[in-house]
Amino acid sequence: MMQQKRSFPIGTSILSVLVVLGLAVMIYRFINGLGAISNLSDGRPWGLWISFDLYCGVALAAGGFTLAGAVYIFRLEKYRPVVRPAILTAFLGYTLVILALLVDLGQPWYIWHIIINWNIHSPLFEVGMCVMTYTLVLALEFSPVVFEGLNKSNLPVVKRINWRIPWGVIRAIQIPLVIAGVVLSTLHQSSLGSMLLLMPTTLHALWYSPILPVLFLLTAIAVGPAMVIFESTLSNRVFGHKLETNVLSGLAKVIPYILGLYLLLKLFELMAVGEIGLIFTAYPYNLLWWGEILIGVILPIILFTLPDIRQSRKGVFWTSVLVILGLMFNRFNASILALGMRPGYLYFPHWMEFAISIGLVADALLVVWLAHRFLPIIQHEEVAEVKA
Amino acid sequence: MTVAVLVDANRCIGCRGCQIACKQWNENDEAIPTEENGVLSKNRGSYENPPQLSAHTWTRIRFTESDYNGKFHWVFTKLQCMHCEHPACVAACPVGALTKTAEGPVIYDDNKCFGCRYCMVACPFGIPTFEWDDPLPWIRKCTFCMERLNEGLEPACVKTCPTNALELGEREELIQKARERIAASPDKYVNHIYGEKEVGGTSWLYLSPVPFKELGLPELGPEPVSVDAERAMGAVPPVLLGVAATMAGIYWLCKRRDKMSQAKATKKEASE
Repeated sequence: MMQQKRSFPIGTSILSVLVVLGLAVMIYRFINGLGAISNLSDGRPWGLWISFDLYCGVALAAGGFTLAGAVYIFRLEKYRPVVRPAILTAFLGYTLVILALLVDLGQPWYIWHIIINWNIHSPLFEVGMCVMTYTLVLALEFSPVVFEGLNKSNLPVVKRINWRIPWGVIRAIQIPLVIAGVVLSTLHQSSLGSMLLLMPTTLHALWYSPILPVLFLLTAIAVGPAMVIFESTLSNRVFGHKLETNVLSGLAKVIPYILGLYLLLKLFELMAVGEIGLIFTAYPYNLLWWGEILIGVILPIILFTLPDIRQSRKGVFWTSVLVILGLMFNRFNASILALGMRPGYLYFPHWMEFAISIGLVADALLVVWLAHRFLPIIQHEEVAEVKA
Repeated sequence: MTVAVLVDANRCIGCRGCQIACKQWNENDEAIPTEENGVLSKNRGSYENPPQLSAHTWTRIRFTESDYNGKFHWVFTKLQCMHCEHPACVAACPVGALTKTAEGPVIYDDNKCFGCRYCMVACPFGIPTFEWDDPLPWIRKCTFCMERLNEGLEPACVKTCPTNALELGEREELIQKARERIAASPDKYVNHIYGEKEVGGTSWLYLSPVPFKELGLPELGPEPVSVDAERAMGAVPPVLLGVAATMAGIYWLCKRRDKMSQAKATKKEASE
């Protein structure tokens, strides 16, 4: 049994191949320039990486701050079993965002310029600062798991170090850390919406709105629990830790309220500026709009309010998938599909652009797999109380 | 007191001397459009070339054939950075690599940029370009020949223009001059100075015999594009403090609630 558990399943070797392919493309990019591996152009300077890795990646990492907030600030102990996996995925999500940016930025080795040259009026400055600080906060929030794992390990040098000391330090500042995480996430999720505020003339009116930062924050808060449901269901499948159904249905119950508020705000805003008619007339953009609203907002609101769906693991899982797909649809619409291009250009991602994005996701899945193998992820935290 | 250039499309003869002067002065002679280096123009049936601005072409002339008021017009529009009064690129740049100078030009500093390309996405005129094929890429765009202006010279394109279609001057004076020109021959010009009001005003001003929409210049309102983003960024400090305080408050309340219920439970236990 133990033997079987330690061996590398077939999935991990496929993942490793994808990681290596992504790395190869990355090396090719740094020798030959962005033009060699992408179909990005002066007409479409931001493409797949910004829409998928940055816009979707950050939003899908929202489970970290929503769950940490629920458990440590609102003290909803029921959700404690999912807080560690949620923080781990958030941390990995942010690491992926940073790795993707290292490929996407023209000269990523100058990224530190953002620390010394502040343009406080730039939404991207806010995004950059939040990515850096929040990744650090997430690493610290997750670090007790690592210390706990190291503490139990029997490796020669590692076992001589008293891991309870750093572990105790982190526990002492845990609440300020969680609060910092919530504050940074609020700013960061909304600042991705603020970034689009500089494009009032090129972003389609169905998406452009002065309240975009609020809309982006709300959808992120809604997708956080959905993402946690999605991951924990899958990790149950793969690793066999079974979660109580009432944890999942509890998470599912919150989502319709947030999505409902989002839908109301979005509709009221369109009505306030007199653009509500566009949802019927602005072909073909209105199809994209209806697509994201039906898949990601209206259907989940209906399904999650049905008790039968909330009580069934399958129902909760698939409805969460809808929320996630709807959010990704929304982020792609707002950051690429409904964002005008300079005349005379076309864009469809190069296969190497896909290779980078897929390679990064494979990276994360591998790390998740390793963490579940070697770190106490699922465990109840109180079991390992620090007494030092 | 800011410098500006007035472009009079009625005076332009489409010689493209400005394109060449720009390339010469800025040493942008790479990627000259030939079949060998793969950048041959795809613009067939036109003298317009190259087909787009690029990191090696900071200005170009667009050729437009237009039927307006029952008359045929062949109009030449010079495209380059508009040097906005309220530039979106300057608001966008996270590291302040782009700045609006007091004299008027919007200039770019290699030493700060790290290649995020937000300026390119934000520009309502679609001007900044990127060195896509360079492993050490920078943003490139018209500099208004800032170093020439500093020496009291005209920009290279203005200097070379043989018909005075490009005129350098003080912005308010040029607007006045443009108004007079429209008034003097209202049948030759549409009554619109492009760039006077667009996105809060630009340092490049245009006169044309046909509506600017026909020339492919974007139709833009008088409000700077950075207004909503500025408002959102202004809300950041209060949101930061507000969320932090709210979260701390909720934590305190929830902790107290748990303590109270625990105390109640132990009290109940004790009394039993």
